[in-house]
Amino acid sequence: MRGTCLAAAQFVGQKEPPLDRICYTSEVSLKIDQDHGRFRQIVRGRIRQNLRKYISQGELVGRKGKDLVSIPIPHIDIPRFRYGDKQRGGVGQGDGNPGDPIHGGDEKQPGQGQAGSDAGDHILEVDVTLDELAAILGEELELPDIQDKGKNKISNAHDRYSGIRRVGPESLRHFKRTYREALKRMIASGTFQHDKPVVVPVPDDKRYRSWKTVTEPVANAVIIYMMDVSGSMGDEQKEIVRIESFWIDAWLTKQYKGLESRFIIHDAVAREVDRDTFFHTRESGGTMISSAYKLCSQIIDADYPPDEWNIYPFHFSDGDNWSMDDTLACVDVLKNKVLPRANMFAYGQVESPYGSGQFIKDLREHFGRDERVVTSEIRDKDGIVGSIKDFLGKGK
Amino acid sequence: MSKFALNTALPRYLRAEQERVEAVAREYGLDFFPVIFEILTYDQMNEIAAYGGFPSRYPHWRYGMEYEQLSKSYEYGLSKIYEMVINNNPSYAYLLEGNSLTDQKLVMAHVYAHVDFFKNNFCFRSTDLDQKGNIIDPVRKTSPYDPDRRWIDKMANHGSRVARHIERHGINKVEDFIDRCLSLENLIDPWQPFSGRGTTKKGDEEEDEKPIEVPRLRAKEYMESFINPEEYIEAKKKQLARDKPERKVPERPERDVLGFLLDHAPLERWERDVLEVIRDEALYFVPQRQTKIMNEGWAAYWHSKILTEKILDASEIIDYADNNAGVMATAPGRLNPYKVGVELFRYIEERWNKGRFGREWEECNDLDAKRSWDMRLGLGRQKIFQVRALYNDVTFIDEFLTPDFVLEQKLYTFGFSGRNDRFEIESRQFRDVKEKLLFSLTNFGDPYIRVIDANHQNRGELLLEHQHGGVDLRADYARETLVSLVRCWKRPVSVATRLDNKPVLLRYDGKEHSMTPYKL
Repeated sequence: MRGTCLAAAQFVGQKEPPLDRICYTSEVSLKIDQDHGRFRQIVRGRIRQNLRKYISQGELVGRKGKDLVSIPIPHIDIPRFRYGDKQRGGVGQGDGNPGDPIHGGDEKQPGQGQAGSDAGDHILEVDVTLDELAAILGEELELPDIQDKGKNKISNAHDRYSGIRRVGPESLRHFKRTYREALKRMIASGTFQHDKPVVVPVPDDKRYRSWKTVTEPVANAVIIYMMDVSGSMGDEQKEIVRIESFWIDAWLTKQYKGLESRFIIHDAVAREVDRDTFFHTRESGGTMISSAYKLCSQIIDADYPPDEWNIYPFHFSDGDNWSMDDTLACVDVLKNKVLPRANMFAYGQVESPYGSGQFIKDLREHFGRDERVVTSEIRDKDGIVGSIKDFLGKGK
Repeated sequence: MSKFALNTALPRYLRAEQERVEAVAREYGLDFFPVIFEILTYDQMNEIAAYGGFPSRYPHWRYGMEYEQLSKSYEYGLSKIYEMVINNNPSYAYLLEGNSLTDQKLVMAHVYAHVDFFKNNFCFRSTDLDQKGNIIDPVRKTSPYDPDRRWIDKMANHGSRVARHIERHGINKVEDFIDRCLSLENLIDPWQPFSGRGTTKKGDEEEDEKPIEVPRLRAKEYMESFINPEEYIEAKKKQLARDKPERKVPERPERDVLGFLLDHAPLERWERDVLEVIRDEALYFVPQRQTKIMNEGWAAYWHSKILTEKILDASEIIDYADNNAGVMATAPGRLNPYKVGVELFRYIEERWNKGRFGREWEECNDLDAKRSWDMRLGLGRQKIFQVRALYNDVTFIDEFLTPDFVLEQKLYTFGFSGRNDRFEIESRQFRDVKEKLLFSLTNFGDPYIRVIDANHQNRGELLLEHQHGGVDLRADYARETLVSLVRCWKRPVSVATRLDNKPVLLRYDGKEHSMTPYKL
């Protein structure tokens, strides 16, 4: 920016507008980016302050397009000595009788009648990319970056043929290019005969394919979401799970280049479903949590060898399990099958009017000292933030 | 360098159109600075528009905000900037790449009228950089009139000045101060360039230096010590010195608060420099704000005249009309300056063509005679040229808005109805409309604030006064603005105003705000 400003200053003092004025406009793109970036930072600061309230409103699940979330941000208004709005009014033009409302009466800030073209206090929609949003989340909740299990070194090396060279092994000779070069040379040197079109390459004409070695990190994290959909989980509880898993998704997506998600719902039996079903299923029945853990373990067995994958099982329930026996079965599966292979195991207990909430106590009893098991109680929507912090605050 | 830069020069076919439009505009009597057109892509256009038309300004986030707003609304198809023109000599105007040829022609005609306005309207004399001192007679001009208005260079200069301060003091510190200054940006005297004031008079200070003379009674030399005894003279001298009125700062209430701060506030050098930049730029934009309705109306009048009478062929008329209708569209609760301006110019032209002015017209009560009044004077064109030179929005509305016009244009006033919690149409009466319109135009719809005393309560505090005209200040904004004033003045600052019909003094002492009843 400094450079541009100084460059602009060199025009000062010239009588004629400089002939190369054009460079003004070419440099502007740099300048406005600076100012724009600055504005975005300020806006991000604003988001930070409102983050708590904001998450709880649950407005942001609207995933727009590929990875954009649209968030309304007020226009930043520099305070000045000015008149209060409501006493003010103004002059307009058009049909209507005295007493008629001026467009939708509930609008708080209609255009002011001021005869200028002032922008007024419009609400400005600022798009924040999911990546940025996750960064804000991270800053706000002071989440540590995840310490990988050392598996991010896993990457595939591809050889990608991307160019042409003059030297190389014969097996990679580019036939067409070679003959084209030969033809060009013959025409240029006048040795090409139209009535006898024979093209003979010489060693200089030879062209070979060349390659680059590209290393790509392998998608190496998977979240396995499990949710209790027994009769006691109402819509509100599911809404909480939905919002929370959105944020967990956002955070882990930022941490890992390729992230897979798997979804399991369970009542007395567990089954794997797609994302949509996961969030919208209305089922009822009893609760056998062990069924979900077993299925989770099977999925890991089948698709995610633990030495290649970072595995994050998240389980949400209202904590009302069928029997103590089943709870013991759960502990057994966790201890022997899931935990040894996962980075951590997270259990979120949503408060519901029906659930006894016993399960979280059982888990704490059995895994109280085990850092790999994180439990969190989510009382209501306001509890989501704290719970995310519980889950992700350890940087595992 | 320019070899690699984007080429923004006009392509040849547009150059040809420009010459055609220019010739027609000249033929109609428009008188403009040379105009340089450039063609920009939409994002370049948005960038430059965000900078208020100038390619180089000092860095500030609000341009970024402006840019975001412009580019978002363009990308979602909500609005589009067709044209932009800078009051500069020569004038620069920007065309949007990808507009249809009809649109480009419309824009060119529009631009020539704007530039004619920049050159001829008296308000814009204050932007002549080669004008020394105050402009006593803004109508009198040198001939040929070719003022120095190289504001593009000046703004770029401002940019590098601010950038230098940023380099030395850090972006956050400087930007914070700029924000503070911008919050005071409207506290200038728009008429300062014409008022003959503004420079401190040397005479006053010299007067101070003179020793105090005590008037003596006439006496012969030998009687002197009896008639004018030495003790008496000394006592009188002391008394006079005591009674001498304290020289007040400012001597009379000062509207140019920014100028006052520049002269008297204990600012650091870089702060003073930044404040000066803000004030200069604020003053530059004053004439454009003073003549928004007239300027747009004038340009709309001429683009429609030039295009429909001379430039367009039959195949282009529909496109033109479609576009023109978009520009002239009105929306509830909003006054479109293009629409009101152009209608008022046409109305004036018609009145002066038909002789509908003067005493005879005013005194005629016969509605029928008035309706068919036509003296075939043909003075309309001459009149509107005169109006464009000698009026600004306030005087334009004040003099030419008539009950007929208000009725014809369906103007109304609106206000907030507390009962229904919404904005409602209040009245269609001429008086109400005119009053409200003038109110919103006077001082750009901003409150009048003046510096009253720089040594309030003899404690070096700054006292401002809001001249209450029936509408309260917005209190939360006023408090924030006081914070900005304290940032500059570095001592407590108060503003005397009325809130809910009670005179109060809003004060900020650098730590907390207070509000006390107050009588000036």
